[in-house]
Amino acid sequence: MELELTADQKLFQSSARSLLEKDHSLDRLRRLEPGESAWDRDSWQRGAELGWAATIVPEELGGGSVSGEGVRDLTLLAEELGSVVAPGPFLPVNVVLAGLVAAHGTGPDHTATIEALVAGEQVAAWAVYEPGGHWAPEAAHVAASPTADGWRLDGTKDRVEAGLQADLLLVTATTPEGLAQFLVPTSAEGVTTSPQWALDLSRPLAEVRLDGVVVGPDAVVGTPATTAEIVEKQLQIALLVQCAELCGGLEKMFALTMQWGFDRYSFGRPLASYQALKHRYADMRTWLEACHSTTQAAAEAVQAGSPDAPQLVSVAKSFVAERAQWILQDCVQLHGGIGVTWEHDLHLYLRRATSDRALYGTPEDHRRRLADLSSL
Amino acid sequence: MTTAETETVESFRLRARAWLAENMPRLDADAPLPTLGDDDHEWVRARELQKLLHAGGFAGICFPREYGGLGLSPAHQRAFTEETAGYEMPVQLNIPTFSIVAATLLDMGSEEQKRERISAAIRGDEVLCQFLSEPSGGSDLAGLLTRAELDGDTWILNGQKTWSTSAYAADWGLCLARTNWDVPKHRGLTMFLIPTEAPGLHMNRVKMVNGSREFCEEFFTDVQLPASAVVGEVNNGWAVASRQLFHERNAVGGGSPYVSGIAGRPRALGGQSLFTVARATGRAAEPGVRERVGEWVALEAVKNQMVSRVSRAIGSGALPPPAASLLRLFHAEAAQRGTDLAMDIAGAQIAAGVGTDEGVTGRAGVSYLSRQGASLGGGSSEMARNQISERLLGMPREPAADRDIPFNQVKRGRV
Ligand SMILES: Cc1cc2nc3c(=O)[nH]c(=O)nc-3n(C[C@H](O)[C@H](O)[C@H](O)COP(=O)(O)OP(=O)(O)OC[C@H]3O[C@@H](n4cnc5c(N)ncnc54)[C@H](O)[C@@H]3O)c2cc1C
Repeated sequence: MELELTADQKLFQSSARSLLEKDHSLDRLRRLEPGESAWDRDSWQRGAELGWAATIVPEELGGGSVSGEGVRDLTLLAEELGSVVAPGPFLPVNVVLAGLVAAHGTGPDHTATIEALVAGEQVAAWAVYEPGGHWAPEAAHVAASPTADGWRLDGTKDRVEAGLQADLLLVTATTPEGLAQFLVPTSAEGVTTSPQWALDLSRPLAEVRLDGVVVGPDAVVGTPATTAEIVEKQLQIALLVQCAELCGGLEKMFALTMQWGFDRYSFGRPLASYQALKHRYADMRTWLEACHSTTQAAAEAVQAGSPDAPQLVSVAKSFVAERAQWILQDCVQLHGGIGVTWEHDLHLYLRRATSDRALYGTPEDHRRRLADLSSL
Repeated sequence: MTTAETETVESFRLRARAWLAENMPRLDADAPLPTLGDDDHEWVRARELQKLLHAGGFAGICFPREYGGLGLSPAHQRAFTEETAGYEMPVQLNIPTFSIVAATLLDMGSEEQKRERISAAIRGDEVLCQFLSEPSGGSDLAGLLTRAELDGDTWILNGQKTWSTSAYAADWGLCLARTNWDVPKHRGLTMFLIPTEAPGLHMNRVKMVNGSREFCEEFFTDVQLPASAVVGEVNNGWAVASRQLFHERNAVGGGSPYVSGIAGRPRALGGQSLFTVARATGRAAEPGVRERVGEWVALEAVKNQMVSRVSRAIGSGALPPPAASLLRLFHAEAAQRGTDLAMDIAGAQIAAGVGTDEGVTGRAGVSYLSRQGASLGGGSSEMARNQISERLLGMPREPAADRDIPFNQVKRGRV
């Protein structure tokens, strides 16, 4: 969390909070039936009306942010959503928007799509992973071959967040000229989306098959020369949203575990009076502060478009995702047996954290990236 | 200068940049690392460099003007430190001289102590140190045994201090002593400012596992001190020590506004970065090695990000002063992870040097031996965890067998 919020930011935060209170409950998440979706288009639409897909989009493209610094507002929102493990396409829609905005003015025009996404009328998802593959956005096996009047896409993507509900997919694919991204309607002929088992109950995943899918030349996002840069922007937003969501969730679960430490007694005194446990709370509190510090530093760098933004998002992701795990597992331990039950909230957060750790680069992937970026 | 005339941070930064380029010696990245255990010449050099800073008008940035400083803000200080990257700086004076001892004097000292000692340190004429820990214990500082008794107007000091960092290079030390044995421990202490050359003070240097001799131990035999040597009030030395411990945690954690320049080379790693170790082993291309180097890069970054956030939060009141222990604790964790990662990377070469020289990997091995120094110096990590859980999280205090008991009736250990 930022140390100081402006009045406008506080208002933005509290509007998000009250919508989440109305539309969402952890209990509902816990009781989802197999095949039942964790979220619906109406509730996303209500979020979009509050600006959830607008923060990083410039005003002339239909967006806008309350503080004038969109990335910071996005981070603030992500914390709110993360603190209640909110379902919905917040991450994928904003990631796709980051790409479309970064590409704006270079390749085909996507203004209408941007506006529809900002308004919540459409939902988009980033199809970047491929079955069995690790984080390697630059090495897509999905092939895009030029045709007389456009492109033909073949191959399979998986781990597509919100892929089942999406109207549009932003697909990474290899063209004869290298990596490119295409906006593909899920309704296009040859596109098959199917549900994929997901550890995080709140974030349905999909597998997407592309069999001879034909798109026009205007489906391209950016140009071959700018694709790497655009993908980097998308990654930065994905990582920031993950880190901020994790911070929000950790804050919530740490507070819950603190309260438990004071309320739960053993041998006639509260758990919080045992030094062995106090010291673990102290470690968790320290790591939590460190998670906030690195997330905010990354947000500032992405906001400013500073040259070290790629490093700082990798620093944040590699650190926060690992510490989130340490903290949440320790919260489970301090709760005792109840911590490993379905009825307790902790696993909902642990699912999210474990899934966030895995997606868009693991801590190990980002550490190697840091070594690359430091030209070792 | 009145507040209205205070120079902006940006203008200060630009002036500093130009002055540094003109006047400060450049760090030589290829210079061989100093031999472990021999740093006496560094202290002579530190005083010279400090005198240079002072002559140029860039010394004591956050200290008030009446005590020889510039009276500028932590933001000015940070800007200056950023500009000093790549220059040789008197970093030895950061801890404890400026960030702990001078900072404590500024909070608690008499007008005379502030005018004389702080300004002399800023001028590069004097170095300061701390005499707190004793052979009987450092964590339970208030349980110390060194005594001071009043004889007419003169205090007579007897006892022993230990682990005092770089006291041999210092001119003055802050020394906590017991002045009343009939009251509970915190109420019978007095802080003194004493010259290291005082008659009756005998100092030895203590060799550490890495070969360094920066540790000292002191024996006080009837050392005479005037009434003006008292810092704060008689028998209220704990109030002074508490400020000192706050400054210490903050300084060791990296959050002090009184430091100027940062050490160019990671101290906990014997002055070698993990890049150096990775290259020296010829394993820099291995994914496992790259992962470890990346982890170290990330931890160092997070440590600095945390320093800036927590310092800002303590400054604005968003977090209370005990939050300095967050920095203290994380500093130790990051430093120790660094030595562990260096050991992993050095692999089979950690235990051997090159010919008769320790070499890069041997030095990583030596640094590993003093790994725990990071979680002991400046108060232990366990004490930091006590502070965080009790003072920041409001958890119940540890039971203490000496609470409210006159100190002369408290049980003592055998070592
Ligand atoms: C590099 C370095 C520099 C130093 N510089 C100085 C200096 O300049 N001046 C100075 O006066 N001192 C200095 N010290 C001494 C340092 O402050 C002490 O070593 C430290 O406070 C611990 O005290 P001790 O060594 O007596 O260990 P003890 O206090 O005896 O502690 C032994 C162990 O028990 C643990 N422990 C003790 N009490 C508790 C408790 N209540 N709860 C849980 N665990 C506990 C400690 O954490 C430690 O692990 C320095 C030490 C180092 C390593």
